[in-house]
Amino acid sequence: MRNIVALASGLVFGAGLVVSDMVNPARVRGFLDMFGGAWDPTLAFVMGGAMAVMIAAWLIVSKRSATLLGHGLPGKPSGTIDARLLGGAAVFGIGWGMVGLCPGPAIANLFLGGWPVLVFIASMLAGMMAFSLINRTA
Amino acid sequence: MNFVLNDALAGLAGGALIGLAAAILLLGNGRIAGISGILGALVNTSLPANWKENALFVAGLAAAPVAYAAIVTKPDIDITTSVPLLIAGGVLVGIGSRLGSGCTSGHGVCGMSRLSPRSIVATLTFMAVAIAVVTVMRMVMA
Repeated sequence: MRNIVALASGLVFGAGLVVSDMVNPARVRGFLDMFGGAWDPTLAFVMGGAMAVMIAAWLIVSKRSATLLGHGLPGKPSGTIDARLLGGAAVFGIGWGMVGLCPGPAIANLFLGGWPVLVFIASMLAGMMAFSLINRTA
Repeated sequence: MNFVLNDALAGLAGGALIGLAAAILLLGNGRIAGISGILGALVNTSLPANWKENALFVAGLAAAPVAYAAIVTKPDIDITTSVPLLIAGGVLVGIGSRLGSGCTSGHGVCGMSRLSPRSIVATLTFMAVAIAVVTVMRMVMA
């Protein structure tokens, strides 16, 4: 059942990205280009729609001790704001701004985006693997 | 500003689907729908016991747009970045999202909606940096 839930979630997530057009890096960069005179606010509506549903989901979770399927719930987030969080977010922001792709839309574009998307995904996964190796020995 | 009502409505609808997807994973499996975390676990040297869940989530994420393209319309995917910047951008997104423990989905959608201070700070940081990068790139290329 857990596997079916995960597959369904991935499918709905991919549908949301393509319906909102956030699979298109030009649209994402159009949002990030706030001072270019032709700002595209769509991404803000996408975040608003997603957060509205997730706020409801967290409210349901807050009244329960297990998921609807009886599995454990995620723990409370740690409040630690450190250099690692800020540095990681900044490095991520540089790459996201350069291309207009973050991990979700990159994977959603796997079969439709052609070779530029494959180059980006391969580089992204290489970066993640490099992080795992460094993080393990550190 | 370039506001188009239909785009805003499609954005809200698509965003609600993204939120629903994250809610399904949370209310069903008790997992946070953070794409960088799910991918990072898949390419790690020690696979966790739930790797099949992660793989199926990624498969669904990649398959849905293919179905949409076949049934509705093929989405535009405009990538104007040169190959060296594409590679550099990919590596930075990979390392940064793992180092900062999240990306647009994990921190942005899932974390901010539970008012996690870490996620709010991370999201504001990567948004501000990405806005600066796009602005500088436009000025350099002009």
